[in-house]
Amino acid sequence: MSGKVFGQSVTRNEDPYLLTGKAEFIDDIELPGMLHAAFLRSDYAHARIKSIDVSQALKRPGVVAVYTAADFGDYWRPGPLQVPPPTAIKGSVFHARTLVPIAKDKVRFSGEPLALIIAESRYIAEDAFDDIIVEMEPLDAVVDLEKALEPGAPLVHEDLESNLAAHVVQERGNYEEAAAKADYVIKRRISVDRCAGAAMENRGLLVDWNDRTREMTIWASTQAPIPLRNSIAARLGLFESQVRVITPYIGGGFGPKIMTSQADDVLLPIVAMWLNRPIKWIEDRRENFLATTSERDQLHYAEIAVTKDGIILGVKDMFYHNTGAYDPYGMTVPLNTQTHTVSNYNVPNFKTEVKMVFSNTMVVTPVRGAGRPYGVYVMERLIDYAACELGMDPVEIRRRNLIRSDQYPLPTGIIGQDFVEGVLDSGDYPEELRKAVELIGYEKFIKEEQPRLRAEGKHKGIGVVCFTEGTSVGPYEGARVTVGANGKVNVSTGISTQGQGHFTVYAQIAAEELGVDVRDVNVTTGDTGHFHWGAGTFASRGTGVAGSAIHLAASKVRQKAIKLGSKLLGVPEDQVELCDGKVCVAGDHSRFISLGEMAMKANPTRGTFEQGAEPGLEAVAYFGPPYGSTGAGALAMIVDVDPGSMDVKIEKLAIVHDCGTLVNPMLVEGQILGGLSMGIGNAFYEQLKYDENGQLLTASFMDYLLPQATDMPDEVLLGHVERPSPLNELGMKGVGEAGAIPTPACFAQAVENALADCKLQIAETPLSPSRLFELVKKSTEK
Amino acid sequence: MTKLYTIKVKVNGTEYERSVEPRLLLSDFIRHDLGLSGTHVGCEHGLCGACTVLFDGEPMRSCLIFAVQANGHEVQTVESLGTPEHMHPLQEAFSEKHALQCGFCTPGFLMTLVPFLEKHPDPTEEEIREAIDGNLCRCTGYQNMIGAVQLAAKKMAARQEV
Repeated sequence: MSGKVFGQSVTRNEDPYLLTGKAEFIDDIELPGMLHAAFLRSDYAHARIKSIDVSQALKRPGVVAVYTAADFGDYWRPGPLQVPPPTAIKGSVFHARTLVPIAKDKVRFSGEPLALIIAESRYIAEDAFDDIIVEMEPLDAVVDLEKALEPGAPLVHEDLESNLAAHVVQERGNYEEAAAKADYVIKRRISVDRCAGAAMENRGLLVDWNDRTREMTIWASTQAPIPLRNSIAARLGLFESQVRVITPYIGGGFGPKIMTSQADDVLLPIVAMWLNRPIKWIEDRRENFLATTSERDQLHYAEIAVTKDGIILGVKDMFYHNTGAYDPYGMTVPLNTQTHTVSNYNVPNFKTEVKMVFSNTMVVTPVRGAGRPYGVYVMERLIDYAACELGMDPVEIRRRNLIRSDQYPLPTGIIGQDFVEGVLDSGDYPEELRKAVELIGYEKFIKEEQPRLRAEGKHKGIGVVCFTEGTSVGPYEGARVTVGANGKVNVSTGISTQGQGHFTVYAQIAAEELGVDVRDVNVTTGDTGHFHWGAGTFASRGTGVAGSAIHLAASKVRQKAIKLGSKLLGVPEDQVELCDGKVCVAGDHSRFISLGEMAMKANPTRGTFEQGAEPGLEAVAYFGPPYGSTGAGALAMIVDVDPGSMDVKIEKLAIVHDCGTLVNPMLVEGQILGGLSMGIGNAFYEQLKYDENGQLLTASFMDYLLPQATDMPDEVLLGHVERPSPLNELGMKGVGEAGAIPTPACFAQAVENALADCKLQIAETPLSPSRLFELVKKSTEK
Repeated sequence: MTKLYTIKVKVNGTEYERSVEPRLLLSDFIRHDLGLSGTHVGCEHGLCGACTVLFDGEPMRSCLIFAVQANGHEVQTVESLGTPEHMHPLQEAFSEKHALQCGFCTPGFLMTLVPFLEKHPDPTEEEIREAIDGNLCRCTGYQNMIGAVQLAAKKMAARQEV
């Protein structure tokens, strides 16, 4: 569907403020009397704390207070568990070891906070690091996932028998029976590493406690303002209404800003009460690398059973998942891996088993893609290995196994991050593949260009993969839509915004329903003073879930306006319509009442009021889907490998995507392009590399390489397949993570294809020129 | 207490005289002492480019120099370009081509590109990629920035003709 503004590529309402430096980010806020916080962090990844002496730091001029775990008494306690355990999955084991606010007795990862310093300036607070004497006894660190589960491995949590954090097995059909009937069973060990969120703005928190009104205002760069408020209020023994969390403009999220139990979240509110002064903490880049959260390694032992015609009979995958030193975010990431391993294809027999492992590394929580890219990588690689074994074209083998467009809704038998069985709601995977193959010029490249290039000694290769993206998951979001006396529309919702364009997309949804200019819709996200119910921004659910709530609320307001308009204009309701900020008589727009005037009349201040009616041109609505809607797509790329330097250039890339109804095509494409750059980073540039002592070797932008403008493909082609989701009225699905999901798998296939003469089989990601050099060397030595 | 130094810096055409610690970064001086918070700090080690300002007309990372080094010099920040109501052609083009998402890195890109466009009034795609290669953006994938810079070049040329 598309309307006057819904479905149109309108420019963003927020842009003029962001472009001129007027948009307020958290570190732009200055309050009178404000203090600054800094955390002294552990260099050791695993060590027992013997003593911490802060006495010298307290003597430093400008230092106001220094705290260690001991100073917080009973207030110090782990938690909360932000995502429930996977009890919906039969036989699942989950050991909750949630984040501790500040290290006590022992540290479990390098970067864990040891002391909190409050000072008149951040400069002084960091000066005080040198004044604090910490005595520690280093312990052996656990980093390797397989070694972590060996008997006698050092324990991250000594109250547990092993470093096993969780164990979940899910199966549909019977894989072993299928494998027995297969012509080929191909087994591989596949290692997958993922990246940091690395939003350009680091995290930040500013707490202001008003001792007289007994109210707390918190500005936070969070993706989860309402859960953050709720957990702070609960810990402090306050009502939720006494704590207001405001998200200013946020400089990117990508996952890690969903956390609500980091040291700053827990400690700064109580310290602000104790000191009765506002306190600001702004994370620096090094802290972001060491001690926010990120995704990281998984190790898969995977196998695929196929017939000689390339029909997939079954897939089995046993994998280890690194959860880092704690598991405050439950199993969202590995469950996403389980639900996204075979989702594009008809795989009647599928067994997936995960062992989640504690290690002495930073905590793992979702980063754009959130477990999905691992599953897609494993499956797409397995299909490529099978194609290679069968001598079949990689596109053809995919065609033969893709789920058909007439199979929806299709229950998957696998329970996902929302703890209900996944159901593929809608889509057309064969069409996506067909379009991507066409856009990239697959046939021509394979048949004409590549043979010619190879004859010239060039190493250009092509890759084509498919992917799904579970989006718009529950539980719910809500919204309030209000027409003001100024005739403009105010929309508020509980999720927060990190650059996705919510201020515009939500305005489009409301404007379409209420017949106003999209510039006359003001959207507030992530301010619990404006709207205080909801879950947060994650899993590509902002538009599908919160957008649907806004649509429902705007529809209610529309009904109210029509009802009141009918009364005031003296015509039946079916002859009333909304357009250009007015309520008019259909067919005679000279008879109208402006929305602003209607808003005034909807709030009578004298006289009587109809029983059961609600005042104002205002409505609140909530939306929760029974299960998430699934976006999907196909990605193709042509790469040029320099066999000397092993540098890889992506020359051309084509992506076809289905996110259901497009609310704003320009912003959808922006999401896809951004996701692709993260996927490219994941494939070839970025890696959080830990050594065996748990030391992060890539903790700066000097060592951790974010893709730059010259690393991007020379040519990017975008295509859409629009199959509306039946799960919400507007047919929307998410798109935020799409680009990041299939890219490493496609990159690996294309590089293999470019280096076909090397008999290379890639079974890991990320790659890098040096790693590729090693792999080629190994494969040619065989 | 560290000794304070008095510096005079012209920022966006206004002369400021302030006493600062010698270790105060220019980025912190601009943001917190002068309240010009449009300049953002993304990494504090000179890699991301979000804090880029014009220093005597040339793009410079304000997190890599001290405020005292700006004594007697001229600085321009994003606030000098345009207002929400009257944006600079480059700012308009960024919006029209959706070349920004979270917008945190954007001021650094703009301050890198303003002098670039003066020197390259009709830049090629390759020249634009090279020009912005030292600035990091996590949201956009850079693609739309290329088109935005080309559009800005056209807008600026058209304005000069008028």
